Amino acid sequence: MRRIISVLMENEAGALSRVVGLFAQRNYNIETLTVAPTEDETLSRLTLTTSASDAEVEQITKQLNKLIEVVKLVDLTDGDHIERELMLIKVKATGAQRAEVKRTSDIFRGQIVDVTHNSYTIQLAGTSDKLDAFLRAMSESVVLEVVRSGVSGVSRGEKILAV
Amino acid sequence: MLSGGDILIRCLQEEGVDYVFGYPGGAVLHIYDALFRQNRIQHILVRHEQAATHMADGYARSTGRPGVVLVTSGPGATNAITGIATAYMDSIPMVVISGQVQSHLIGTDSFQETDMIGISRPIVKHSFAVRNAAEIPLAIKKAFYIATSGRPGPVVIDIPKDITNPTDLVEYEYPQQVSLRSYNPAAKGHTGQIKKAVTMLMEAERPMIYAGGGVIQGNGSAELASLTRLLGYPIVNTLMGLGAYPGTDKQFLGMLGMHGTYEANMGMHHCDVLIAVGARFDDRVTNTVAKFCPYAKIIHIDIDPASISKNVTVDVPIVGPVKSVLIEMLEVSQAKIGKRTKTQASRLAEWWAQIEGWRKQDSLHVTPSADGITIKPQEVVQAVYRASQGAAYVTTDVGQHQMFAALYYPFDEPRKWINSGGLGTMGFGLPAAMGVQMAFPDAAVCCITGEGSIQMNIQELSTCAQYGLPIKIININNRSLGMVKQWQDMQYEGRHSNSYMDSLPDFVKLAEAYGHVGIKVERLADLDAALEQAFALKDRLVFVDVIVDRDEHVYPMHVAPNGSMRDMWLKKGVRT
Repeated sequence: MRRIISVLMENEAGALSRVVGLFAQRNYNIETLTVAPTEDETLSRLTLTTSASDAEVEQITKQLNKLIEVVKLVDLTDGDHIERELMLIKVKATGAQRAEVKRTSDIFRGQIVDVTHNSYTIQLAGTSDKLDAFLRAMSESVVLEVVRSGVSGVSRGEKILAV
Repeated sequence: MLSGGDILIRCLQEEGVDYVFGYPGGAVLHIYDALFRQNRIQHILVRHEQAATHMADGYARSTGRPGVVLVTSGPGATNAITGIATAYMDSIPMVVISGQVQSHLIGTDSFQETDMIGISRPIVKHSFAVRNAAEIPLAIKKAFYIATSGRPGPVVIDIPKDITNPTDLVEYEYPQQVSLRSYNPAAKGHTGQIKKAVTMLMEAERPMIYAGGGVIQGNGSAELASLTRLLGYPIVNTLMGLGAYPGTDKQFLGMLGMHGTYEANMGMHHCDVLIAVGARFDDRVTNTVAKFCPYAKIIHIDIDPASISKNVTVDVPIVGPVKSVLIEMLEVSQAKIGKRTKTQASRLAEWWAQIEGWRKQDSLHVTPSADGITIKPQEVVQAVYRASQGAAYVTTDVGQHQMFAALYYPFDEPRKWINSGGLGTMGFGLPAAMGVQMAFPDAAVCCITGEGSIQMNIQELSTCAQYGLPIKIININNRSLGMVKQWQDMQYEGRHSNSYMDSLPDFVKLAEAYGHVGIKVERLADLDAALEQAFALKDRLVFVDVIVDRDEHVYPMHVAPNGSMRDMWLKKGVRT
């Protein structure tokens, strides 16, 4: 089952490599990973998605918690949550394709953020499923480049992950 | 105002460090100079950095205090890796200080540069890359706190050469205490869970206590013994847990696991309530996990939440320090013990009768050689037990001799049995014994080893000479890598691929070359006298090279793959 694990950790050199190293060392997989400092500059927030059974995710969260620099973490998929991923996609946009690409982008509420005579660069945010669906919808077009940010997420309601 | 080098040494003094095990080199020269200019900490110069880590490890296991290691950058650091991994796998408190090249050279592939933080990352509890001299005190304070608290483990501190420079002085103050918002090991177990566990134990008909190294690390042996005696239940120890409960006691069924006794493994398989105390359901214990303890409800006490339900799903987890949890359990049990019904008492008696039946199998029976001359390896361990009155500190290396020592030398006290259980490091035994002997200069310390393992750190005979360490090395010499050979006999139709030790040295001459005493024993009749002589030479290192039967196997042995705990080879060609 797909999991979104969000981790608050000390914003220190080496902390990220411990998290990533743990996944490699214990044979867990990481599908996406995103990390950046928070409003509290001593803390970084790292969000990763992985595929794991209940027992595996229990081990993953326990092992993550064992890392000295990990302050707190949450498995967002345990409850209602909002997830977002950002994608930048550069596609060939010439002739009849130019209008078709624009139309598809509009349907998915994408924004064209860069334009050349031959290409569009589209920005799209949403769940990973939505981004996947957009890529499938673009299968008729020539996709030149795809960049995805990895998943970020937050719990719904008043539940927060904070120190 | 002090230099980084002086600050480091002052911090170690503050932590009460008496010995530092290490080896100098370019990146740590300032630190070595600071060591030279003081006399509170004694530095022990090894002959290879791996031995420094094992010495610190042996010191830590025998005393309960953290072992401290000092190595230089590059090869000094990488040589320490095996010893750090050994300590990590067995949860041994250790602080390793590694020199690093000067800050401005980091990342330039400079001379003797290696990314020690990176290389050691998977095998440390934590590590610190210190960036300036003012950071040293807090790093040291945190390192000792992390290494010794919770589930203990090794901590690496990597220090670039320039920040220990004697001409750069900074303010020095040692922090009195330290707290980390992200690290708060459990201080006590959950009372509700403890009560639930005791109720389950009281209702058990076929109970079993399974105690591991965590009891020793957590100083809970006395409490474990009290609880076990109060309950009157059978107990087994893991390889790491030997000595956690008195090995000669009637309630003790021996070691469990791959080479556990018949009664220990049968008792585990058939029990209906299992209480695991400071043990981690290692694959060398469980055999096939899916077939592990099929009838049992399981209680698990461990300081590390990640140990709970990692390999085997448990019914009642208790996260907390073994000692305080056992004390609380003992209190609850004392109130309830009188309320056990007659039916329960008779069920327990039936269980003991069944166990006594398994005991009659006498799975550790040693058949002397037919010629009456050839020495069996088990007989060597039994003779060491006699010669040392069962009171020695015993370290081992890894292989058949290790299992024979574990099975034939019962330990009545914790911290006397010292071996690399988790990582299984050959070359551990001699330096570990040296660490023990440093901590206990007057104690009998004996390293039971094999001719394969001893050669992995044989150079330390020189260190022993330098510091006058009167260790007794018992070399169980079967001219083979015995455990490898045993598996090749059993699983590869006797094809002994690279398991022979050809071209062995004359160990007696070798010992003498280092200034020690060497004794060679080839006949059973000479064994006891030789060992008595060795132990009588209280101020000399004695290397006793005992030539033994090269075809002996370690039994019992779990049947694998797909076997349960009750599936065992009992002797060659005979299985349950």
